Amino acid sequence: MTIAIELASWLFILLGSFFTVVGAIGLVRMPDVFTRMHAGGVTDTLGVGFLVLGMCLQAGLSLVTLKLLFLLTLFFFSGPVVTHALAQACLHERIQPQLAEDRRGRHHPSTPEEGRAPSKPS
Amino acid sequence: MFIAAAAAILVAFALAITRAIKGPTVFDRVLAGNSVGTLAIMLLAVIGFLTGRPEFLDIGLTYALLNIIGTLAVLKFFRHGDLAYDVDSEAGS
Repeated sequence: MTIAIELASWLFILLGSFFTVVGAIGLVRMPDVFTRMHAGGVTDTLGVGFLVLGMCLQAGLSLVTLKLLFLLTLFFFSGPVVTHALAQACLHERIQPQLAEDRRGRHHPSTPEEGRAPSKPS
Repeated sequence: MFIAAAAAILVAFALAITRAIKGPTVFDRVLAGNSVGTLAIMLLAVIGFLTGRPEFLDIGLTYALLNIIGTLAVLKFFRHGDLAYDVDSEAGS
């Protein structure tokens, strides 16, 4: 039983490390700010989630686990709030998301319509 | 195992800082700063386990709270140019 918990904790921590690095790579390689937010979300949810779960299994049933779960809850609520505020601020600054049509038409000289995406009705 | 996690977090740190330096808009930098804060919290937790002192988690919790407030304050500052803006003047725009 102890070995099973140990193995699960290893698995969770390695998965968390993997997703942390994946999110950070996406943060560098993604083309515009909205897709970078998406990549940052991987670090904030899967990376942190798996790391905290793995550390919970390591710590056993104690105050440390409670603190880790509180940290997880904090991330669970703060991540979407910050991302939403960031996207709102970007749209307020007239930064438009890069669309698939823009990427296909990259070889042509830019027309006035390009980059000004039609806003969805809300 | 915790050393592997710490190494992964440090690599992610380097990549996030790359984005913070390169970022064309200020929002890229804010996003990268938020990611650096998240990674710093996880690094604190991992180092706490690595050295056998999980009390580091308290520092991590404090830093998590500061991170949210800091990011939102910076965003508000860049949106309004002022932290104490007038709500009524915003209504027309």
